[in-house]
Amino acid sequence: MDFELIGRIWIFFAEAALVTVQISVLSILLGLTLGFVAAMGSLSINPFFRWPSRAYVSVFRGTPALIQLFLLYFGGPQVGIHLEPLEAGIIGLGVNIGAYMCESIRGAVISVEKGQTEAGRCLGLGHVQVMLRITLPQAARMMVRPLGVNSIALIKGTAIVSTISVLELSYTAHRYISSTYKPFEMFILASVFYIAIITVFSYGVRKIDARVALEN
Amino acid sequence: MGLDFSIIPEYADLLLEGTLWTIALTVLAVFFSLAGGVIFAVAQLSRHAFVRWPFAGVAWLFMGTPLLLQLFLIYFGLVQIGLDLNAFTAGVIALSLHFAVYNSDIIKSAILAVDKGQHEASRSLGLGRLQAMRKIIVPQAIANVTPALGNMMIALLKESSLVSVIGVMELTLSAQRAISDSFRPFEFYIAAAVIYYVLNLGLEMAVRNAERRSARYR
Repeated sequence: MDFELIGRIWIFFAEAALVTVQISVLSILLGLTLGFVAAMGSLSINPFFRWPSRAYVSVFRGTPALIQLFLLYFGGPQVGIHLEPLEAGIIGLGVNIGAYMCESIRGAVISVEKGQTEAGRCLGLGHVQVMLRITLPQAARMMVRPLGVNSIALIKGTAIVSTISVLELSYTAHRYISSTYKPFEMFILASVFYIAIITVFSYGVRKIDARVALEN
Repeated sequence: MGLDFSIIPEYADLLLEGTLWTIALTVLAVFFSLAGGVIFAVAQLSRHAFVRWPFAGVAWLFMGTPLLLQLFLIYFGLVQIGLDLNAFTAGVIALSLHFAVYNSDIIKSAILAVDKGQHEASRSLGLGRLQAMRKIIVPQAIANVTPALGNMMIALLKESSLVSVIGVMELTLSAQRAISDSFRPFEFYIAAAVIYYVLNLGLEMAVRNAERRSARYR
């Protein structure tokens, strides 16, 4: 281990870690939004909402995130979408994780006991009202953990935006491996930051989960 | 520049070759990651701390870091220590190790969930600890978690696209080759996506089939 080298360059990794955090947070927010909309769509009784939602989930879960990212960043200009690497990274990752988050949200909603919906309908509430006032509040308790799992997968997944030259942790690690020929040191250095980010994030998820989960 | 999908057949050979390499990569990595998953799981449940700790340490490190970073470590790191592997081998090793760690997490909790009486019974029949593990406990554990392992293997197929970064000529990189020749990224990434989608469907069917068959061992 070359600690002298690590002492000299760790600050660049710390800066890159901030970019990783920024990408993670923004794409998680985008993913949650898309996931929520798609989940509502796929649970809808209207096929015009249901089919596009199902297609979105199937396509984005059925193909690699890397291909989706390349299609957006390199193929985008051909269809009039010009994005900076950072923007393409956030949008690409967010749209991808949204498909997985949709499944987590949908899973939580359909695990709410059916009698709840029926009771709501009997009381004269409409479908949308039942969803908003009865089903979703109960489902929300159950979706924290799976959404947390999705988000942690996404944080690790942000590494792929290094391939479109976004200056985040993995890009920095790759650059220093090429210039110093010290792959082991650079791996450990980048790992420290990834594990720190994930540890803090999962602590937050556990806290939220502990607060909203039903006592049993 | 408008879109022109009629150019794709010109590069069909290249894409087909890439598809075959992706399949080869996935099949090898599925095999080694399942075998490795069992080894990692059993080792982490060992009575001996000197067996348990190294495996638990690697598992912890690999669970917390991106596959891409591990790919860099293995590809450049092995060269560093004098093992000049080709990119394909390094790709198989990295994918196998990455997914072995995730599989071991699933298998480990499945082993712990197997009824304790099974272990005691096989021990009283005179089997050693490892033998009991191998012949009695692990087969039952695996049968219980075939769906979870199957989902991992479906993820593996998609993640295998990352090895294009270290220069493995699989589907993603062959699409990139076609692009650098034709300057048509949109068309070829769509083509690659379609092929991945079809492979993914095929794998999903195989996994569901395996699930049904493994249900017999429960």
